[in-house]
Parts: sequence; C-alpha cells; structure tokens
Amino acid sequence: MSILINQDTRVLVQGITGNEGRFHTEQMLEYGTNVVAGVTPGKGGQVVQNVQVFDTVAEAVQETRANASIIFVPPAFSADAILEAADAGIDLVVCLTEGIPTNQMLAVRAHLDRIDTQLIGPNTPGLISPGQCKLGVMAGYIHQPGAIGIISRSGTLTYEVVHQLTALGIGQSTCVGIGGDPIIGLSFSELIPMFQEDPNTQGIVLIGEIGGSAEEEAAQLIAQQIDKPVVAFIAGQTAPPGRRMGHAGAIISGGSGTATAKIEALQAAGVNVAASPAEIGTLMAAQL
Amino acid sequence: MRIHEYQAKQLFAKYGIPIAASKVAASPDEAVAAATELGFPVVMKAQIHAGGRGKGGGIQRVKNEREAREAAARILGKPLVTPQTGPEGRIVHTLLIESASNISQELYLGMTIDRSNRAITVMASVAGGVDIEETAKTNPDAILKETVDPLLELRPFQAFRLAHRLGLPVKTARGVAKLVRSLYKLFRELDCSLAEINPLAITSAGEPIAIDAKVNLDDNGLFLHPELKELRDLNEEDPREVEATAVNLNYIKLDGNVGCLVNGAGLAMATMDLIKHVGAAPANFLDVGGGATAEMIEKGVHILVEDPDVKAVFINIFGGILRCDVLAEGVVAAAKKLDIRVPVIVRLEGTNVEAGREILNQSDMEFGTARDLREAAEMVAAAVEVNT
Repeated sequence: MSILINQDTRVLVQGITGNEGRFHTEQMLEYGTNVVAGVTPGKGGQVVQNVQVFDTVAEAVQETRANASIIFVPPAFSADAILEAADAGIDLVVCLTEGIPTNQMLAVRAHLDRIDTQLIGPNTPGLISPGQCKLGVMAGYIHQPGAIGIISRSGTLTYEVVHQLTALGIGQSTCVGIGGDPIIGLSFSELIPMFQEDPNTQGIVLIGEIGGSAEEEAAQLIAQQIDKPVVAFIAGQTAPPGRRMGHAGAIISGGSGTATAKIEALQAAGVNVAASPAEIGTLMAAQL
Repeated sequence: MRIHEYQAKQLFAKYGIPIAASKVAASPDEAVAAATELGFPVVMKAQIHAGGRGKGGGIQRVKNEREAREAAARILGKPLVTPQTGPEGRIVHTLLIESASNISQELYLGMTIDRSNRAITVMASVAGGVDIEETAKTNPDAILKETVDPLLELRPFQAFRLAHRLGLPVKTARGVAKLVRSLYKLFRELDCSLAEINPLAITSAGEPIAIDAKVNLDDNGLFLHPELKELRDLNEEDPREVEATAVNLNYIKLDGNVGCLVNGAGLAMATMDLIKHVGAAPANFLDVGGGATAEMIEKGVHILVEDPDVKAVFINIFGGILRCDVLAEGVVAAAKKLDIRVPVIVRLEGTNVEAGREILNQSDMEFGTARDLREAAEMVAAAVEVNT
C-alpha cells in the first residue's frame, strides 16, 4: 500500500516534448510508472518514448483515462498547465516547475480548494511509491519498498534521508516532496492523516525548513490525531534571519518560522526531532 | 528583490498614491540645489536597503542651505549603521530630498502574502511610525487585518472597512481606502511580495500621504517585468554574492570558517546545521542547484577558497539530476587551477557515485573522502581543529 499513487496510477506528462519532459518520461517508464499520455500544445500526434502526444489535456484524458499528471513546463506557463489539468478532471497534479510567480499561485490554490483535484508542488522533485510508481525526477534506485512515509519540503535532503533509511534496511511506502514555494498544494497537515490511514505505513518522517508555519500546524495535528511514530528534522537552524536560502519559502521573518519555534512545537507534540541530519535514519529505526 | 524608497515612490506616483514633492541627489551640491528648488524645510533621507534609518541618523529635517549642505556631507559616501545593517553599516550613495509634510497623525499600512492563509493580507494600524514591529509583538490586536480572497481580489468594502476600523473620520477613511486599493493594484500588477507604507501620514487637511515606501518584488515574478529588473542596486549586495548569481549559483556569506558547497537548498541548510552540530561554523551557504555543470562547480570552489575566512572546505553532493562524475570533474578542474591551501572534504552519493569517486581518486589532489554524513562531519571537525 501507499498514498496518492500506486501501480494503477495512469500518468500523463505535460510538456513531454521538451528536454526535461522527454528525459524523465524515459526514466519514469524505466522505473515501471504507467505513463499513458503526453501533452504539448501543437505537438499532438507525435510519439515520445512510445507514448502518444496530444494537444490538450482534455483530449488526452478522454482517450487514455489518465488520472495523474506531471508538469514539465516553463514558469510562465505552469499555473495555466495546473488549471488545465484540473479542468480536465485529473485527480492528482504534480508540478515540478521552479520559479512560478507567487501571485499566480494564489488564485490556482484557491481554485483547487473548491474542486477535487489535488496538487503536489510546485518546486518539488515529485513523489514516489517505491516499486509501484515514480511521479518525479528523484533517482529511483535509492528507494526500497517498505513502511515509512516521508513528507519533505526539500529535494536532495529527502534523497539523503531515503538513502539513510534504505542503508538501514528500512523501506518506504510513499515519499512526497511538497515543494519549497510559499504557496503550494498539499502540505504536511493534509498528508500526515493519509499516512495515518494507510495500513502499510508504520512510521512518518517529516523534513521541514525554516519559514512559514506549516510545521507548527503539523505539530498541532500530530498531537491530536496521530498515533504512529513521527521523526522530524528542521533544516536551517544556523541560517541567519531575513535571508533567502534558495527556496522562496525558506525565509525567516520576525519571530515566527524559526527553527527553534518549529522544533519546540514538534517536540511538544511528541515528535522525535533529530538534532543532526546524519541521525534521521537511526532515530526512525529506534522507533520501530 | 528589494528596491530603494525613492524607486518605490516613483512606482507609487504611477499608481496615484499621494507622495510629497521630492528629488534625488548624489552629492552635497545636488542636495542643496534640490532642497532650494523644493523650498525649505525639507527632509533628507539616506537611500539604503535597510530599515531603522532614522535611528541611525540617516533621516534629517533641515531648514536652510547651510543645514542641508552639512547634513548631505555628513551622510553621503559614508556608512550608515542602523539596527538592521549590522555593525559595519551600508555606504549611502543617494539621498532622497522631500518637502516636509504637515502631519497630524501617523498610521501603518502594509500588505504581504500570508502563507498560512494562502492569501494577501492587508494590515493597518493607528500605531504607525518607528515602533510598529514592537507593536506587532507586544500588542498584535492593534494591527487590523483584511484577508483578500484570491478569486475575488480586494473588494472596495474591505478597503473602506479597514480604514473605518482605524477610527478615522469618514472623509479621511474614504481617502485612505482609495489609497489601499491603489497599493493593492500595484502589488498585484507588479508581482510584489511586500508593500508597506510606514508611516502613512494624515495631513492637517485630513488627506493621506505616503511618508515612507517599501516595496519588495517577488524574484519569481521579475521575468514578467523586465523594466523592474533595472531597479536592482548592486551596491547593496555582497560582491561575492553578485559574482555567484552571475553564474546561477546561490551564495550567501556567513561568519564561520567552513566553506560548504552543496546541491539543493534544503541539503545545503542541513549541511550548515551539521557543521554547527560538530562544533564548527559554516562560512557560507552555497547551493549549486540541481543542474550544475562542471564549470559552475569550479566557479563555486573558486569563490570558497578565495574567502580568507575559510579554513576547510566541505563538498556535500547527493547526485540526482546533477551526476557525481560531473561534480568530481569540476572539483578536480578547480583544484588544478587554484592553489588550495585548506583541507577539502568530499562526500558524494547518488547518480554515478562510483565514477565520481574514481575521478577524485585518480587525481593527484589530496581530498578527504567520506562515505556518509556522519563520517564527513567528524572529518570536518578534525580539519578545522588542526587548521585553526
């Protein structure tokens, strides 16, 4: 079992004819992902890696019954690509694009709140249910099927944690990169209950970052609703205030959003917070 | 991206937000000429990207030519130290000279993207002026808010309600509401991340006027506004950071002694935390990003070893899109060209890791290679101890 995606997920790639889209379609197919269609306006009728390309998402969904989409299009067109997928009835949209104007994401997120489509990202490496479906750009081979759910705001730091777990012989049910932008789709608070309900997930790892209040909100929810063991790490404990650390989201302003505030909130909710990023795997192992 | 007050006020003027008559000056002569033309008294304001300028002596009200010349000479070309600049301060290159306004009340007005509400929040307070941040901490109820539904945008009733809740007379509240709507329009059309007027003054005639102006632009939105990119002031940035940005590296100078080069912002922050955890301190944040080339890596190593504070270098790469062999080639190329006098510790994992390790081993350079984070941390700690 897993959350959000599994071996039955029917994947559509938006921007499949670009360099990134083409390369990662090949990688996803190689991993065993069921890629059923691609979309690039004006390139309908082409075939990429044996995958049929359509001009519009609506057409692709009608022809192939795709139910998840992954977006590889430039920042200027990404907000529109998300809305096109949602309008065509796609259940899960994963937007990898880094650099979408925040003002554009406000309306997108508000619209998605009123319909059933769920969004992962933007500015994320995507998500993977090891052994079943890879909907992203992470290296598949570091993962191992198993019982730990991972939710993370960062990319390569997630690979690091997956690697630590796999090296200890601990597999993963689903690993979700929620994205580093200020306005994103599903966040910790929406994903944690999914892992709580997934019978195959036995423990949850949260990888947070300075900035925003998503970790504090997650802590509150964990205290009230979650009985599976949770391990967390907050990156940016040594970051100076007011500086942008790569992710648009990782800015501390004023007293809120600091690593200390997040760590204290999580600890108060009974979460084991790793002091060093080298200890996340062993800390989870000790909980099982 | 941050811009100066005078640049923000030029944007205000385009959006019909009332500001005082003003001119910009770069020398005492220009300052005196500008002040004379505007007519005394005027306020002279140092243009730097930091708040608290008044507390640092960067805002002066002057009544005549002699005072204007003295104030300009005292401020221009010299570092201005404020509570937000750090002890070294910022060199002032530009003065904004503004006609003094007749003020009866000082308000605060600001708008920003509120991440937890996923919406723009407009804030206002009657406690405007220098201590608004203190007010936000000690008496948050004194800051009134209106949250904007992104699909409905700011409605006129919201703007008026906010002004009315401040307790202003109806005529003044109407003027403030109009200004709030203009500022919101600017925020949306120019892809801002913050727009703030503190203080927003009410004149003795009951009209609002923006005494200060702070506008931050969303870096992700700049491609939509090429004309706004021109407002960037490189004088306000660390030269090493400018050099790094030119080759798409994300570099921030810090005050420790372990230089670090990492792919991905989250892993870069975690690496800094790891360095701190073993008792050392990071000299910088450097994210080479997902798709770094060998040239970018070489440039990154160059920036690190040029920094006199750096006593050891820690390269931590989890290869995904960035392959370990590409990374290793860049590191070896940099080491061949540069005279590296500090220990270099490399930790590689991920795509093509074996090829990457092989390239490092085959080179004549002495790299400390670590298998995992824990081992890397111990090697970094040992290197710093020996070298300082």
